[in-house]
Amino acid sequence: MTEFREKADVCVIGAGHAGCEAALACARIGLQTVIFTVNIESIAMMPCNPHIGGSSKGHLVREIDALGGEMGKNIDKTFLQSKMLNKSKGPAVHSLRCQADKAEYSRSMRMILESQENLTIKQTEVCELLFDEKNVNDNKDILRKKKIVGVKILTGGIYECNAVILCTGTYLNARCLCGEAITYTGPNGMQSSTHLSEALEKAGIRLRRFKTGTPARMDRRSIDFSRMEEQFGDERVIPFSFETDPEDVQIKQESCYLTYTNEETHDIIRANLDRSPLYAGVIEGTGPRYCPSIEDKVVKFSDKNRHQVFIEPEGRYTNEMYVDGMSSSLPEDVQLAMYRTVPGLENCKIVRNAYAIEYDCIDPGQLELTLEFKHIKGLFSAGQFNGSSGYEEAAAQGLMAGINAVREIQGKEQIILDRSQAYIGVLIDDLVTKENTEPYRMMTSRAEYRLLLRQDNADLRLRKIGYEAGLITKEQYEYVCEKEKQIEKEVARLKKTVVGASKAVQEFLISRGSAPLRTGTSLAEILCRPEFTYDSIKEIDQDRPVLSDAVIEQVNISIKYEGYIERQIRQVEQFKKLEKRIIPKNICYENISGLRIEARQKLAKHMPLSIGQASRIQGVSPADISVLLVYIEQMKRQSDSE
Amino acid sequence: MKTDTIAAIATAFSESGIGIIRISGEDALKITDKIFFCKKDFDEWSSKKNRKEIEAKKFSLESVKTYTLHYGFIVDGDSVIDEVLVSVMKAPKSYTAEDVAEINCHGGILILQKVMELLIKNGARVAEPGEFTKRAFLNGRMDLSEAEAVMDLIQSKNEFALQASVGQLKGSVSAVIKELRREIIYEIAFIESALDDPENYNTDGYDRKLSCILENIDGKIRNLIDHADDGRILKEGIRTVILGKPNAGKSSFLNELLGEEKAIVTNIAGTTRDVLEETIKLGGISLHIMDTAGIRKTEDTVEKIGVEKAKKYAQKADLIVYIVDSSVDLDESDEEILDILREKHFIVLLNKSDLNMVVTEKEISDKLRNLSASHESSYVDRYSIIKISALKHQGIDEFERTVGRMFFQGDVSFNSEVIITSMRHKEALQEAEESISMVQKSIEAGMSEDFYSVDLMNAYAALGKIIGEEVGDDLVNEIFEKFCMGK
Repeated sequence: MTEFREKADVCVIGAGHAGCEAALACARIGLQTVIFTVNIESIAMMPCNPHIGGSSKGHLVREIDALGGEMGKNIDKTFLQSKMLNKSKGPAVHSLRCQADKAEYSRSMRMILESQENLTIKQTEVCELLFDEKNVNDNKDILRKKKIVGVKILTGGIYECNAVILCTGTYLNARCLCGEAITYTGPNGMQSSTHLSEALEKAGIRLRRFKTGTPARMDRRSIDFSRMEEQFGDERVIPFSFETDPEDVQIKQESCYLTYTNEETHDIIRANLDRSPLYAGVIEGTGPRYCPSIEDKVVKFSDKNRHQVFIEPEGRYTNEMYVDGMSSSLPEDVQLAMYRTVPGLENCKIVRNAYAIEYDCIDPGQLELTLEFKHIKGLFSAGQFNGSSGYEEAAAQGLMAGINAVREIQGKEQIILDRSQAYIGVLIDDLVTKENTEPYRMMTSRAEYRLLLRQDNADLRLRKIGYEAGLITKEQYEYVCEKEKQIEKEVARLKKTVVGASKAVQEFLISRGSAPLRTGTSLAEILCRPEFTYDSIKEIDQDRPVLSDAVIEQVNISIKYEGYIERQIRQVEQFKKLEKRIIPKNICYENISGLRIEARQKLAKHMPLSIGQASRIQGVSPADISVLLVYIEQMKRQSDSE
Repeated sequence: MKTDTIAAIATAFSESGIGIIRISGEDALKITDKIFFCKKDFDEWSSKKNRKEIEAKKFSLESVKTYTLHYGFIVDGDSVIDEVLVSVMKAPKSYTAEDVAEINCHGGILILQKVMELLIKNGARVAEPGEFTKRAFLNGRMDLSEAEAVMDLIQSKNEFALQASVGQLKGSVSAVIKELRREIIYEIAFIESALDDPENYNTDGYDRKLSCILENIDGKIRNLIDHADDGRILKEGIRTVILGKPNAGKSSFLNELLGEEKAIVTNIAGTTRDVLEETIKLGGISLHIMDTAGIRKTEDTVEKIGVEKAKKYAQKADLIVYIVDSSVDLDESDEEILDILREKHFIVLLNKSDLNMVVTEKEISDKLRNLSASHESSYVDRYSIIKISALKHQGIDEFERTVGRMFFQGDVSFNSEVIITSMRHKEALQEAEESISMVQKSIEAGMSEDFYSVDLMNAYAALGKIIGEEVGDDLVNEIFEKFCMGK
């Protein structure tokens, strides 16, 4: 086999949502980057559902955008329908969700990659990782026994590099199951990656097996939409990206359709459970509970006599429709029979079958919060390979892995977002610190400080970090600083401006069904009344400055929810105290006799960065944390006296 | 939010002498000031009407010099709790290197408990097990060589506290708390499922429904708080173990105290095979009584376990009641019991004194004296021997008087951990109640459902502390178990 050698700074393996963000981040900051994919047609492919965003996932997209990632911009260019979810709830749980034109999304992202300076796309399979086990020049770092120096591709070529980011998604040793039919392919019939798993295990990386599934795609012409409820997008579309001009997204939207399963559907499923690979025990991998197959729903929630089914377009230039809510691994004949019991699908024709997919991934407890492997310098990983699920979760990790790979090479301090800064922080901390036994999906309930981590203030929270990372321009950053100033100024003005109980004011309040004033009251206090918004008190606030909608939104939220927000800020202060107490890297948990054995083992496995992170590991008690604090103090005093 | 100032009872409990409460932390003096009046202020305060004014300009411990002692009164609203001495040690020269106040009270359990509660109400929290020592070490007040000992102390004290917390909780109470937590987590899971999958779960009218559910939960929590002090929650009191040979009349004696037939009484030896537990008030003193299986050499496995258990309980007991069947001679089983009594406070009851007595008081006391002489360890000299007849209701009064005397002489006392546990439980219950009322306020203010979750979760976590359960992945598990998610 002829060998050739190429040089790069960073190699990204896989060009899905994680790989794209990782490669773009590295190249944009200025490092020579190569992105490998087994098939160039599969760049930013959406092999499962056709949406970006949704509850808490929409938050992730906004955060990616605020940090300088691409996902938000790309979906703004390629969406078919857009909805802000939970609008009747508090601002913390408003979430954007877009239906994507899958082919356009992929094509557009490929274009971005192709036109990105410093970035090369390479279609091939990476089959080996190359290490240097001798010259790991980092004295502080006792754990890292080796360093990544390159990758080898199937045809024999070698790419030398200083960092590798694994973003292999569901491709590693993948197999797809549709009833008795099993194919050894990746998602959507793509070629799977069969060599890398072995190489990873050889490098001491522990692998495990997860599964997930996807429903059928149907021919639009075979569906009777008159028997379903039509679902429209929002009248006024709000873009994902802080950079997108809102006028550019007011397009003609496509509809989705809602229908339901029924007892007949469930009977067919129950009668054929023995032919489901999941129930017949053929599937070994652990599947997600939040996105159950229709057979799981029928078995687990047998008291429910119907389940929702959404029929959604896959793109503008295709007839294929996605059957959301009915993923399955049942044989094709059973699938056809069960789908045809659903109102509107009586004569449906299936273009692609539903299937389940099994794949190799890692226990992310092997990673640092930077997404670098604890014991291999320069090796990072992101996305489904880390045991997460979802395009947005993948993209978020890809971006952070990319940023930190660059900083590792450049010798800069790593960037870790904590749980009080971003959903991305919650996502990565959960993955790395907690025991996850199923593909991990983001949920707003996982964020303790969600009132602060809103999708509307992602720019205020994260632009500065994006700027420090080199992905946000000075102009963009200064724009946010200016916005912040305007918000503060306006909030202060509303708190300071007192309106008297004049006739005009009283009449205004009464006409709006609000109690009249007894004494002089600040505009902020009036705004706190549930019946008012910033806009609706304009009449009694004549001298207000001209402000953008984005500023007004922030002013409105910070005044109306002030009490709740301040409580969370105080909780965050408590939380930060423990996060700031860094655990020395050379700690040896086996030697701390005061710790219970379980705690010693768990701590040694996770090697937490801080006392805060240690306290979140299952099996570590508050008493163990106290003991740990004493031990660290002892270490410190001993090293001081030496 | 509470400050990180901690308080704990620093001395062992007893009805006599002085009891000390130690407070440490940034606000130690400020908090103590809120309940402490020096003599001069107190006299003015108790004689005049303009109390608010006096309270506003009263003497403050924050302004005094370090290492000083102050005489005054602990006051709760209008009532005086105790006459005390407060010593002040300012940071960094104190045990913990923080501001420390020590309140020297008049030892009584109720008073110490009351003062602790006042401190908590004013912003201190009950110290974690070993926390004073931990702070002392972390703040550099202890030598490096003591680190190992500090770590061991923290771990062992925590283990003990956890055992005490779960072990002392009455089964029925722990069932109530578990049920409350189940209800709360279900509601959070519903809210979160609706937020996650809004097209599937509708929250119209949910706020009113939740408000009703919470009212019910709140009532149950308040009921627990109200009963936190009267022994209905914890198995508190002097741990009293009844020992004796089979059929000596242990169960009859217990029934006599309880006034009801709870223990099974038959004349077949070995009827009580497990340990029966009961809390009773005897002349104002709480006794937590454990009735054990008779001690004898046995081949019956079930009974053997009972006997082993009896021995174990006896070792942890504050007081042992040894019941002797005075109508039959002492034998080797009695020798075994006498061995257990070594170093313990105990009362010997010569039961069945209505029958022909073959064992006398003199025989017992002679035996004890001989045993003391022949062994290195001796028997506590303040034991008592009383003749009773459980059947004829004779001698019970004298038993009551004897227990009272032993208690007030300080021979037997409470296990202090019970009081601390009870305080921690109460603190947690109050925390849970506060959180529930926060949710009610949010509902009243017309806030949307997502605002309820945080406070509901706090209530769930607080109740968990009482039964020693953490939060972990409970919410996510509940969501996936009870609600069908996912398009």
